Amino acid sequence: MAASSDRNPPPFPASEEPETGLCDMADGDSDEGEDIFVNNSTPVAVSRGVSQPDQVSEEPPDLFSEEEAISTAPTLSTTAKSNGVHSDDENDLFAEAHVELSADECGSSAHKDPSSSGPRPTSSFTQSPAARQPTSLEQLEEEEAKDSFDVDVSVTSPEKIGDGMNAYVAYKVSTRTSLNMFRSKTFFVRRRFSDFLGLYEKLSVKQSLHGCIVPPPPEKSVVGMTKVKVGMDDPSSVEFVERRRAALERYLQRVVSHPSLLQDPDVREFLEREDLPRAVNTQALSGAGFLKMINKASDAVNKMTIKMNESDTWFEDKFQEVENEEQQLRKLHAVVDSLVNHRKELCMNTAVFAKSMAMLGNSEDNTALSRALSQLAEVEDKMEQLHQEQAASDFFIFAELLADYIRMLGAVRGCFDQRMRAWQRWQEAQSTLQKKREAEAKLLWANKPDKLQQAKEEITEWEARVTQYERDFDRIGMTVRKEVLRFEKEKAKDFKSQIIKYLESMLQSEQRLIKFWEAFLPEAKAIA
Amino acid sequence: NLLCPGARCGANLCRLMSIRSVSVDLNNDASLLIDIPDALCERDKVKFTVHTKTTLSSFQKPEFSVPRQHEDFIWLHDTLVETEDYAGLIIPPAPPKPDFEGPREKMHKLGEGEATMTKEEYTKMKQELEAEYLAVFKKTVQVHEIFLQRLSSHPILNKDRNFQIFLEYDQDLSVRRKNAKEMFGGFFKNMVKSADEVLISGVKEVDDFFEQEKTFLLDYYSKIKDSTAKAEKMTRSHKNIADDYIRISSLMYQQKITRILIYTHIVVTMSFVSLQKVEGRVASDQELKLTELLRYYMRDIQAAKDLLYRRARALADYENSNKALDKARLKSKDIPQAEEHQQQCLQKFDKLSESGKKELTSFKGRRVVAFRKNLIEMAELEIKHAKVRSSIQLYYICFIMCTNELQYAWGICKILCEQI
Repeated sequence: MAASSDRNPPPFPASEEPETGLCDMADGDSDEGEDIFVNNSTPVAVSRGVSQPDQVSEEPPDLFSEEEAISTAPTLSTTAKSNGVHSDDENDLFAEAHVELSADECGSSAHKDPSSSGPRPTSSFTQSPAARQPTSLEQLEEEEAKDSFDVDVSVTSPEKIGDGMNAYVAYKVSTRTSLNMFRSKTFFVRRRFSDFLGLYEKLSVKQSLHGCIVPPPPEKSVVGMTKVKVGMDDPSSVEFVERRRAALERYLQRVVSHPSLLQDPDVREFLEREDLPRAVNTQALSGAGFLKMINKASDAVNKMTIKMNESDTWFEDKFQEVENEEQQLRKLHAVVDSLVNHRKELCMNTAVFAKSMAMLGNSEDNTALSRALSQLAEVEDKMEQLHQEQAASDFFIFAELLADYIRMLGAVRGCFDQRMRAWQRWQEAQSTLQKKREAEAKLLWANKPDKLQQAKEEITEWEARVTQYERDFDRIGMTVRKEVLRFEKEKAKDFKSQIIKYLESMLQSEQRLIKFWEAFLPEAKAIA
Repeated sequence: NLLCPGARCGANLCRLMSIRSVSVDLNNDASLLIDIPDALCERDKVKFTVHTKTTLSSFQKPEFSVPRQHEDFIWLHDTLVETEDYAGLIIPPAPPKPDFEGPREKMHKLGEGEATMTKEEYTKMKQELEAEYLAVFKKTVQVHEIFLQRLSSHPILNKDRNFQIFLEYDQDLSVRRKNAKEMFGGFFKNMVKSADEVLISGVKEVDDFFEQEKTFLLDYYSKIKDSTAKAEKMTRSHKNIADDYIRISSLMYQQKITRILIYTHIVVTMSFVSLQKVEGRVASDQELKLTELLRYYMRDIQAAKDLLYRRARALADYENSNKALDKARLKSKDIPQAEEHQQQCLQKFDKLSESGKKELTSFKGRRVVAFRKNLIEMAELEIKHAKVRSSIQLYYICFIMCTNELQYAWGICKILCEQI
């Protein structure tokens, strides 16, 4: 299906005969559907870094990297005009959306120049904003895309180690890479949950100071773990462990696909080192603890007496967007949770109904009808299985996706707050410098030469600090911008691939459902 | 008042969601054709338009319509049940009272929660509820229609005088209904309901056929009652899932305003809207084919049980009359009366047994045919819905993967959605 070079939208049924048109497509497509999707599910599951436990999937040079090149092309804005389907609403929405898209890509250059108040940093940042052309950004993105496919991690084989309340679960973390900085091409280590938390703590301390969005790990769960410590065999424990394993895998994949984080020695150590020293103080990183950390940063920001004067509204607007999105994802997550529960209820009700049908079939005195009713009971049993799988899909693909991004958005807010703190530091340094200057002036007046010398030294020191802090602030601002853009891209990719996965799992369910009912039909017809 | 907006149910719509298949071979005899082409809901009361076309001379006109309420149907059913001559027949079960409580309660809840949801979500849920209300409405119309058609296709019942009055009398029936109540006082009905099962199982059966039928019907009734309840729960779960899809799609629609996920959400929104429509339809089809079938036959089997009961009573009466005759002979007093009474009881019992056998045999056949038709239709619908859902999913997958063209997304999604 790698037809991204051919960008005409797929043909859709003509609108004269709506009902039949769709049915025709259904009949034709269900065969094709089988070929493309039911039998070869892996080529389509390109969500970057998705790994099956036993085979690390080959990432084809896929649609996404090609797409990125295309999406950054400035020609996109012109195609907004050639709209085939018209309606006032739609036109406006998409014209605007296109403009925003191209603005974002070529964006940094446009926004950069007038932006910050105060003296321009004499490029402590490698790429000066003015020099940033769409093409170099494009290259950067392609490089990013390639990088993430050069390291492939998976988290598999959860194993309970020890007994009783000291028991824990160890996971196998496997890496496959072509990068030279690792000791070999493929290797694996055993890690426990607190190791993952420890990695996060190290990374967030270092990297978030630079404005990096550090992916947050899954939450601790005392209840979940206690059940597992008691026994790993009951269904809720199995589900808990699987949920955690999948979340840890996604966490690591996000970490290694981040170009800066991948370079961090702690990450390498985590992936490679046989015996990792145990992480302490992971209490702070329980679910509540994590949130507390984020909120502490926000509090510090809120307590700031000097309001930041943003001549560039990008940061304010983006922050607002992030907050809104987090709200909406939370609401959506709540509804998807409800969907999962209702699906589980449907499971139960179907199973109960199947049993009841079987009893009715036994009671029936007409032989053929009795047989048909028993067959119906069997079909309903199979339906229960389907619903069960669909509920798992609802949960693991959809609900967890939302939960991940709610946490990620918290991390994004965190890095905005880091930027504010950098600004605060700069402002404080400036006011200290001002005070020192005033003190110097006073000393000049009072004519105390030795103290004057010290004052001058202090002024120089603080001038340097002010410059440094200003540079830091600008740099962190640029990093935040870059990070947010990257995050949005990743998010769009992620959502896209997960939704595809979700729809695919539904599709496979449907195919099986059709088979079950088609097998039942002759039984029903045989009733006499 | 949100509900009961003076809704009318057109003939075509009725036919589309026809559950006439719960009882097949009705309305085939051209000498007496009955249907309910129209109905009006007014402030909780449903007024059915009963339309008759006939070639029989017993009627004054060849074609006519009358307005009837639910209570009129109940009156007709009760008079039939209480007519001695029909004791050996399975009286078609009375149509259940129109029950709008479900949608009404939901509509109430929706009104209360209006402030907490977005305009889109509210509108969609209201539309869903209106559809649900309409479905209940259509169902009640059809259930009343089937009742009349069962009567018209029964060789003995279709000649009933009260039936004719029901069809023809162009005045309000409420006066007659009141009189009937006074005459019978619901006496017989009350009597029937109380001693039911005990009597049927207690009486010593002389006839193999009835022995078998008794065992079968008692067991089957409890099983089918259980299945009906479980089917209803299953259908409700489907409805809940459809509701969740509505909320998901409206939340995602909201995200359009903040333009966060750019295009993907539009497509996804629409995919959920489509899924919801189909899911909702599954719920209603399942409801009609399976649940309604089970429900209908549960009531029908109850009517068959009632027949068994009446026969059991007649047998008990005959046995009592035998005892009385013996006593009379012993005392040599009132022997001729006792003999006559005994003869009457025997005749009644034989008549009931004969017609009962016929009725129960044809009931069996009817039931098997109806089950067959419904199970086939249900399987075909499941397959059809699954194919539609598959094509939606397949289409959206292709679409999301292959294109970045936002301007097509919205248009195509809308078209696809409308086609469902």
